[in-house]
Amino acid sequence: MTHSRINTDLLRPLFQTSWRFYLFVSVLGAIVATALVAWLSQAYFGFGITGISWPVYWGFYVTSFVFWIGISHAGTLISAILRLVDAGWRRPVTRCAEVITVFALMIGAMFPIIHLGRPWLAFWLFPYPSERLIWPNFRSPLVWDFFAINTYLTGSVLFLFLPMIPDFAIVRDKSTGLRHTIYRVLALGWRGTQTQWHRLESAMQIMAIAIIPVAVSVHTVVSFDFSMAPVPMWQTTIFGPYFVAGAIFSGIAGLLIAMAILRRFLHLQEYLHPIHFQNLGKLLLVMALLWGYFVFNERLVTYYGNEPSEMAVFWRTQRESFAPLYWTMVICNFVLPLLLMGIRPFRTITGCVIASLGVIVGMWLERFLIIVPSLGHKYLPYSFGIYRPQPVEIIVAGSTFVAMTLLYILFAKVVPIISIWELKAGGPSEAPVGRVLLDVPGASDRTRPTKMGEAHP
Amino acid sequence: MKAIYGLYDDGQAAQQAVNRLRSAGIADGEIVVMSSHPMEDYEFGQKDKKTWMWWMACGGGLLGMATAFGLAWLTETSWPIDVGGLPTFAWWPNLIIIFELTMLGAILGTVITLVVSARLGRRSDFYDPQVSDGKILVGIASPGDAIVREIEAALGAQSGAQVKTI
Repeated sequence: MTHSRINTDLLRPLFQTSWRFYLFVSVLGAIVATALVAWLSQAYFGFGITGISWPVYWGFYVTSFVFWIGISHAGTLISAILRLVDAGWRRPVTRCAEVITVFALMIGAMFPIIHLGRPWLAFWLFPYPSERLIWPNFRSPLVWDFFAINTYLTGSVLFLFLPMIPDFAIVRDKSTGLRHTIYRVLALGWRGTQTQWHRLESAMQIMAIAIIPVAVSVHTVVSFDFSMAPVPMWQTTIFGPYFVAGAIFSGIAGLLIAMAILRRFLHLQEYLHPIHFQNLGKLLLVMALLWGYFVFNERLVTYYGNEPSEMAVFWRTQRESFAPLYWTMVICNFVLPLLLMGIRPFRTITGCVIASLGVIVGMWLERFLIIVPSLGHKYLPYSFGIYRPQPVEIIVAGSTFVAMTLLYILFAKVVPIISIWELKAGGPSEAPVGRVLLDVPGASDRTRPTKMGEAHP
Repeated sequence: MKAIYGLYDDGQAAQQAVNRLRSAGIADGEIVVMSSHPMEDYEFGQKDKKTWMWWMACGGGLLGMATAFGLAWLTETSWPIDVGGLPTFAWWPNLIIIFELTMLGAILGTVITLVVSARLGRRSDFYDPQVSDGKILVGIASPGDAIVREIEAALGAQSGAQVKTI
């Protein structure tokens, strides 16, 4: 495939806009605006219009917070791992994935603010020296969240932005007028000198190494919001890895769905091949097994310990009021991916999307089932309670899926959703067939043309 | 004259142009090669690989670590709150903040080094939009009048090369 063809195909969504795009964006925008009104009404009327009340103070909002932070693991973490191992098939996938991280983190980070009765005082959560000397408590998991999420968000935005610079330069070169001016600014004077390429690749390597432990830490810290609290079935050391595994699991599912939608609607069939879905489908299968392993561990230890308050929560989810949700979760997160991704003929694009949709539902339920049954059934009967989500919570939580879709579509409209330069770099080499190893220090695995008769000594 | 450059269809032709420029007495540091993707398969793509970026990332990490330590120590000792009997300055929970800001420092150190060392955001001497279409540019910025003809000859020796002067 020629470079011009790659440019034409991948820049088409930026330069051509159909009426369907405007219609779709308008519909999505209207839904998000409705959710905004719902949230404003909550701020105006107070938390009384939600189902959140003593003893269940964490409901749909904190469930969605944990869920979206988990989805954010789709991108940067997966992309960083694939970059480090230099997986060739990553090239069309990385940017699709990295974008999910940034938007999922933004949406997830909104929920602590949505969850505040007086959101205009959100800055009280930030570590700043206040005049009243009430400094944030650095030993609180909520402050850890602040640092972990913001570090991950900053790192992920930069990890997404840096490899976009050469693509911005391509758009700059192909556009005119205001669009040219905007992309000229975004391209930061990129020319594609060999020095610039080396620096960019070095930076991406370092960022990939740095971002992996940060990504793992983020969901571990989110798990600490629970495991640091003396609540039945929360105070367990397995929550850190359990949350991280679940996050990667739901992240891969989110990525598969996003890729399938992009492939269909942006006509990217020549770039996102079935093999990309099959490879990610295998990862989904591995994560389904890992998730099953963690659930088994968590359940077995609780069951064997037979502590009365923990067993009360255990049975609520296994065979009492929350049992339908629990077993739906098990089917969605374990049985469905195992069948669809484990049996080869089902590991198609459609199979991957069905399994991923199941995992998304299952992982949201998992977060809900960690939070609500435990909070509604603590140690003593005076603290037992029921949570019934109200319309405002359902609208706000549900609309975040629409917001994610809207942000993703708008992003794909202004930035090539597949990294053009990485795709070109991964294409068939231009060098001739006969090649010899380079004798440049540090480049023993590189090759150069054999025709070096003219090479400078 | 701002620059002379040639545009080539493939890496091999660009490599030959680079070699001819060297034979014409042009120093390696003066030869600029631009492409729409990394060209590490070629010898010219191996130039200027050395970078301080790793050290700058480590430096940024150390700075982040020191900032986190200072922030945690200052805030906790300024308003000592009893949290479950933990010491006023408790290492275990503070390690989380220290870790996060260390990594943030390393990331920011890397990005700042990239911006400075790759000369991002600065006005460029010359460029040709055909690079975006896959052409490989080999050129010299501000060549001396005495060697212009030699450079033009070196760049144009390859069939199919487009030589431009700006």
